[in-house]
Formats: sequence, structure tokens, C-alpha cells
Amino acid sequence: MHIIAFLIRRAIQAVIVMFVISIIGFSIQDNLGDPLRELVGQSVSEQEREALRDNLGLNDPFFVQYTRFLGNALQGDLGTSYFFKRPALSVILDKFPATFELVLGAVFIFVSLSIPAGIYCAINRESWLARIIMTGSIVGISVPVFLTAIAMVWLFGVELGWLPAFGRGDTYELPWGWDTGFLTWDGITHLILPSVTLSSIMLPLFIRLIRAEMMEAMGTDYVRFARAKGLPTRRVRYVHAFRNTLLPVVTVGGLMIGTLIAYTILTETVFQWPGMGFLFLEAVNRVDTPLIIAYIIIVGLIFVVVNTIVDFVYTLINPMVKLPGAKG
Amino acid sequence: MAMLEVRDLHVAFPKGKKTEVEALRGVDLTLEKGERLGVVGESGAGKSMLAFAILNLIAEPGRVSRGSVTFHGENLLDLSERDIRGIRGNRISMIFQDPMVTLNPVLTIGTQMMETLRAHRRISDAEARKLCIEGLKQVAIPSAESRMEAYPHELSGGLRQRVVIAIALLTDPELIIADEPTTALDVTIQAEIMALILKLCRENDVALILITHDLGVVAEVTEKLMIMYAGKCVETGPTRQIIDAPTHPYTSGLLKALPQNAGRGTRLYQIPGSMPPITALPTGCAYHPRCERATERCKAEIPQLDGRVACFHPLNTAEEVQ
Amino acid sequence: MISLKGFIKRFLSDPVAIGAGIVLLVLVLMALFAPLIAPQNPYDLMQLDIMDSELPPSWQPGGDERFWLGTDAQGRGVLSTIMYGTGISLLIGIGAVVVQGVLGVSLGLIAGYKGGWVDSFLMRLADIQLSLSTLMMAIIALALFQAAFDANVYADYAIIMLILVIGIAEWPKFARTVRSSVLGEKKKEYVDAARVIGLPARKIMWGHILPNTLTPVLVISTLQVAEAIMIEASLSFLGLGMPVDRPSLGSLIRSGFEFIFSGSWWITFYPAIVLVALILALNLLGDWLRDVLNPKLRRGDD
Repeated sequence: MHIIAFLIRRAIQAVIVMFVISIIGFSIQDNLGDPLRELVGQSVSEQEREALRDNLGLNDPFFVQYTRFLGNALQGDLGTSYFFKRPALSVILDKFPATFELVLGAVFIFVSLSIPAGIYCAINRESWLARIIMTGSIVGISVPVFLTAIAMVWLFGVELGWLPAFGRGDTYELPWGWDTGFLTWDGITHLILPSVTLSSIMLPLFIRLIRAEMMEAMGTDYVRFARAKGLPTRRVRYVHAFRNTLLPVVTVGGLMIGTLIAYTILTETVFQWPGMGFLFLEAVNRVDTPLIIAYIIIVGLIFVVVNTIVDFVYTLINPMVKLPGAKG
Repeated sequence: MAMLEVRDLHVAFPKGKKTEVEALRGVDLTLEKGERLGVVGESGAGKSMLAFAILNLIAEPGRVSRGSVTFHGENLLDLSERDIRGIRGNRISMIFQDPMVTLNPVLTIGTQMMETLRAHRRISDAEARKLCIEGLKQVAIPSAESRMEAYPHELSGGLRQRVVIAIALLTDPELIIADEPTTALDVTIQAEIMALILKLCRENDVALILITHDLGVVAEVTEKLMIMYAGKCVETGPTRQIIDAPTHPYTSGLLKALPQNAGRGTRLYQIPGSMPPITALPTGCAYHPRCERATERCKAEIPQLDGRVACFHPLNTAEEVQ
Repeated sequence: MISLKGFIKRFLSDPVAIGAGIVLLVLVLMALFAPLIAPQNPYDLMQLDIMDSELPPSWQPGGDERFWLGTDAQGRGVLSTIMYGTGISLLIGIGAVVVQGVLGVSLGLIAGYKGGWVDSFLMRLADIQLSLSTLMMAIIALALFQAAFDANVYADYAIIMLILVIGIAEWPKFARTVRSSVLGEKKKEYVDAARVIGLPARKIMWGHILPNTLTPVLVISTLQVAEAIMIEASLSFLGLGMPVDRPSLGSLIRSGFEFIFSGSWWITFYPAIVLVALILALNLLGDWLRDVLNPKLRRGDD
């Protein structure tokens, strides 16, 4: 496929997704959020309220109100959190580093484990270790992430007391305002249990996927031809077979982003990890509408950005997708 | 001693938990330096199995269950994986059937050529590159230098098969095993590719095992011929002799089925029935259910190869002619 | 395809399949007959006594014979709440898959049979929906639902909402599979034959193509029930699913979670075991069915 056609399709999809999300965000604000609640108390009369509504443009037609919402949103104004009394967007973004580092930790764990495990299970299909890994993976798929989290907290946090089970520990603020837990020992030990938990649900899926794709690649003619050329086994496996498993793995990885974000909500809840997911649930319980909207829009944005990156990586590693002007 | 001697080669696949079925049921062949042998049979006769077994490349869960493959006095089946890798792609090369799936789609032509050279020769990148470009020129690929950076999907099927041939010849092998090298190609370029293989084998004094189902091609290219049926060799000998006077009823049937042997306006001959799968072989001679000369003996006993033919009732023999 | 006799023979020769089948059967029967066999009715507030709260399992010191697996903070017997809770989890799981199946199979048939822009539109939508993640969509939808209505209204409609949300979010999996089967079947002669004798498109789809796509649908259904139960449990654990007074397995675990650290592990532990056993049994059976019926079908993608 031509890269420009591809990028255009990508952009259209991103616009559609963001449009749908903005409509959802707006209708939440329209139906749930009562801006008067934060502006005035209960004692204000109905007439005064009505006048205020007119002033604020709340009685304008739907389209006018939506355009205003969109205009504000594009300028980064998603309203003020009822609870924190601060712009919702900045409340959410303050929590972004915590969630990002949790996801980063989990991705690091499941990528570095699933690739060797998947390859091993594909090559030594009948070995006892491969059987154990495959059996373990179906058990792993069947354990909800919040149960893994509870088990981790109970076992390592409470019973054995080896690792901290709640919160983020000490963080260090980087010059551009990013709170990182990576630079303190306390921060790193706090990260272990939540990121192991978050990776535990993705790990079996990826092991199974890599194994299946690797097995398929090992049976192809080009791998046989590579062997017939007398290449070293390592080159046959890791250059000829594994390179070809990367394409489907990257695609599925892209599809899992939404699921991964959903799992951060569960993980953060159990570990009381001060990230966006934990904040979102608190906002739901407090009916803090601007914060709910801000979360949904930020998550939508992350989703679109990550998917675009994944697709771009895909075009880089897939020679079938050509850059314009390349010879051929 | 001959360059390559295959003796009593058996290949077996597991069927169920305990039993095995044989895809190759005792095959012998001898090949001298520079000699060209054609292996002919219907699909499923075990031709490709023979090709892969020679290089000990039978895919799991299959295995060579008996026999030997002696190359310059050394049994290839006894070699360690490391040692046989020094033979594969170096002294014995292979050309596969379908160039669309033989080359790795995510690696450039140059990478796939150079890695072959570097696996067998201690040379610098620059030298390897030079040799690869020469190799591409040898198989008449236009603008060889720029093709080094191309990916397989950017080339046509015919060009890809030329690349595969170039890879096979890169290491100056003594033997090339070509498994139906033109079957997957466009009819218009089949003859061209076959002619190229023949020319390069002659020029470089390379022996060839040409696996095909097309007796017509074999007649033009090879000196010796081997006809396979259901995992066994049923007839073998000099190509001319077999084509002029086939002795096995199956060979005779194959020849009669060639379009060029059918008279004008007559219906093309077809051997009745089809080859049995290896999991359901009949007793006795595997060909007897389709054979018009079959007798009770053919149903009970398996005929052995007597040097030329494995048949109890051969055609065109001295007695037959009288 | 495989005959019924061969199917039963394969089943009986596979210990994993038998084990998963037995576990599933026991759990389903337990849930179905909960009102008859459960020691207490956890919905009946009259039966509850706050003095009974947080009793350990009966064999432990301080345990009570009436409550074999102990009680929770409200004095409900854990065994009884599990029996009723399993029923609610199964009801939502199966209900959601029925919704998915009806939506997915119809849309898949239409997409596959009509082709053209209908097909591209539906498949594009399916792609986007799949990548958005069901759990994420369900969390947002239910969070909004909960924010919009008060707790009592929410409690009344929670089951229906869960079934609808999980059902609507997951239709693409059925639709994709059915569509690819339809594309395969469409090429076959009997569809042409039906068209030649003048059967209308709808009749061909429902009468001829649908029966031939049932095998993959059966496999997916089993795996999807497991997935739906898992999603429901996750939502309930977050407090977005079933309320505490009509608990599913997920809400039982939620209500027990805070007591783990005070030592009352049984309130969480037993529902968790049942939940994992239920999902695992369904997953194992689904995988087994797929291997037996259609080795080509793979999990998650087609």
C-alpha cells in the first residue's frame, strides 16, 4: 500500500474517533454536568438561575454549544474539576507520569519475557518446559487482572512483606515537571508489584501469539530454503523466522492498547497507584463531570497517538509498504 | 566411486501415537560428477521427499528411518548438524518450486545472497557483494547492482527464480537439486528458466537432480531418468532408452499421456484411477489397481528393482518384442 | 467436520476436556439450583444477623457450622452468596454473548453476503470497535450510567445494562468470523444453485449459509462467555457492575477485598477461586472445541 494513502486513511480514522469522543464528552457535559452547581449555591432562585443559564449560553442551540465546547477543548480548556477546583486537564496531566511509568514497566516486563518464551515454545514444542508455559498461559488468561493484583498485595505486600504494595513511593521531579519514580530506589520497589500485575495479563496472550506466529514462520518455504542454503541455525531462527513474526505481533500489540489502558484502571485501584485510572474512578464516585470528560478525551488522544505510532512502526518493518519515490 | 550414492533410503512419518507410514520406501540412485538425473512422478510420489532427504532436511515430525546418502564417500545422514551445514548450500544447492515463497519477504535480495556466501566463505562484505552482483549477471538479471537492494515482492516470478538460481550457484556447488523449478512460473518463461539451468550446469560442470512431473522437460535436459511411484523407484536407466522403449506399464502410461504423443484429433490418454495416498497403499505392487497388465502375483508380492524395472510383467523386453 | 459419535469419543479420551466439563457442569447446576440447595438466602434481609459477620470457615477456630465457608461483613454465608453470585455471573455472561451473537451473526451475514460499501463500512466499524477495547468502553459507559442515575435506579437496571454494554461492545468478533465463513460459502455451488432457482437473498442467507457457519460460532461463543464473565467481574470489582446487595462473583470479591488485611481472607478467596475455575473451564472447553471442530480458527483473530 502507498504510504500517503495509508497516512490519509489513518488520519481520517483518528479524526472520526476523536469526533465521536468529543460528542460523548460534550453530551456528558450537557446532560450530567451542571455548571451552576459550582457557581452558585442552593439558595439562588429559579429565575436567577435561568438568567444565569442564558448568560452562560446554556440555552443556546446544540450546535452552538458543541462548537463552543470543541473550541475550548482545542485550546486545552476542558472545564474545572468540581472537587479539585483546578482545570480538569491539568489535574489529569499531573497523574499522567504515574500511569505512563506503570505501563512502561509492564511493557518492559512482558516484551522481555514473551519473546524468548514464545520462541522457545515454538522451537521446543514437545519439551516439558514448553508444556508448562503453555498450560500456565491458559491459566494466566483466565485469572482476572484484579485477582492477580489482590494476590500480589496479599502475598508480597502483607504476608511476606517483601515489597511495598500501595502507592508510588518517593518520586523525583524532573526539570520539565515530570514526577518520576524511576530515579529513586523506593520508587522502583513500589513499581514492581503493579507492573508485574499489569504485565501478567498481557504476557500469556503474547506468548501464545508469538509461539503461533513463530511456528507458522518455521514451517514456511523461505525458512526451509534458508536451511538448505546451509545458514547457521541461529540465523535461520532469529533473522529469517523471527523477523516475519514481528509484523503480526506489532499489529496485535497496537490492538491491545485500549485493553492495556483499561487494565491500568483495575491495577491502579488495587495498588492505590496515583495515576489517571485511579483518579478517574474517584471522579466517577464523586460525579466530577469535567474530570470524567477530561479523562475520556485524554485516553482517546493517547489511543489515537499510540495507534498511529504502531502503524508507522509497521510500515518501517514491512517492506511491502513502500515509501513514495523508492525504487522498485 | 560415484559422487553421490543413495542406498535403500526410507522416510517415515508418525501416524497416530505408535505407528508410522513410509513416504519413501527404499530408493537407490547413483550420480557421477556433472551427470544430470531426472526424477519423474505424480505429486505425492515422494520426489520432493527424496530431495530433502538427501540434505537431511526432512521436516518434523518426519525422519529418515533407514538407508544412506553417500557423498564423496561420506554418509551425509551421519554428519552432525554443523558438518552437514557445510555441505548444504555450499557443495549441494537446492532450487525450490515456488519462487514467490522461497525468498524471505522481509529481507533484501542482497542480504539473502550475501548471507549464503558468508556462511560458507571467509570473505569481506565488499568481496561478497561483488560476487553476488556477478552471480546476478550470470543469470541475466538486468541492472544487477540496484536489484541487490530490492525486496522479493518488487521482482516478477521469473526474476525471483533467477535470483534463487543465482543463490544456488554462488558457492560453485558440485550438485544442484532442483525441485520442480518451473512449475510455479508463467508458461511463457518456463522454457527460458529451464534452458538457463541447463546452460549453467553445463558451463560449470555441475551435476543436476531435476525433479519434475513433466517427462517432456526431462527428455531435453537429463541423461539419466528415474520414475517414482508411491515412494518407490519403478524404473530407471538412460533417459533416451526409457523414453524410446519404456518397460514399466506406469512409465508407458505417463508417456502415452504426453500431449505431443497423442495423434491429431484423438482424445488425450489418461491413466485410469489415481495414485493411492501413502497411508492407504494396496498390497503387492502399489500400481496394480491401475495396471492393465496386473495379475494375482502383482496383488500379493512387491516387485523389486532388477537394475532397470520393478515389475513382474514389463513391456518392450526381449521376450516381449519377440 | 466431525460426527457426533467421533466428537463424544474425542471428548471422553481427553482428560482436560472431561475435567473442564465436570467443573462447568457442577458450577452451572450449583447456580441453577441455588434457591433450593443454598444454606441461606443472602437476599433475605430477615435472615441476616450482624452478629454473624466475618465468621471464619466452619473448620477454623471461631467458625460456625451454619456457615461452611464463613460469612462476610454483613453476616451473609459465603457459600450461599457464591451460589447465587455464580448464577448472576453466568446470566450476564450468557446474556451478553446472546446479544453479541445475534448482532454479530446478523451483521456478519449481511456484510459477507452484500459485500461492497455495506461490507467495508461494517468491517471498518468492527476494526475501530475492536481496537477500542470492550473493557474500556464498558467502564466508560457504565461510569456515565452510574453518574447519571441514582443508586437505586442503577441497581435495578445493572444486569440489563451489563448485558447490553458487553453485548454491543463485542459483536465484531462474531461478525468477522461469520463474514469470513460466508465469503467461503458464497463461492460454493449450492449458493449459486439456490440463486439460480430464484431464492431471495434473505432466504439464501438464513436457510443456506447460516447453518454452515455454526461451527465457528459455537467455538467463539464458549470463549466469549468466559470473556464476558471476566469483563463483568472486572466492572463489578470497580464498583461499576452489580451492586453489593445483588452480588455477582466480581462484587463479592470487591466487598471482601478490604477485609483481607484484617485477616478475613475467606470473603475474597472462595469467590475468587470459583470465578477463576469458571473462566478457566470455559476457556479450556473453548480451546478444545476449536481444536476438534476447526483447527484453523485462532483465538482473537480469524
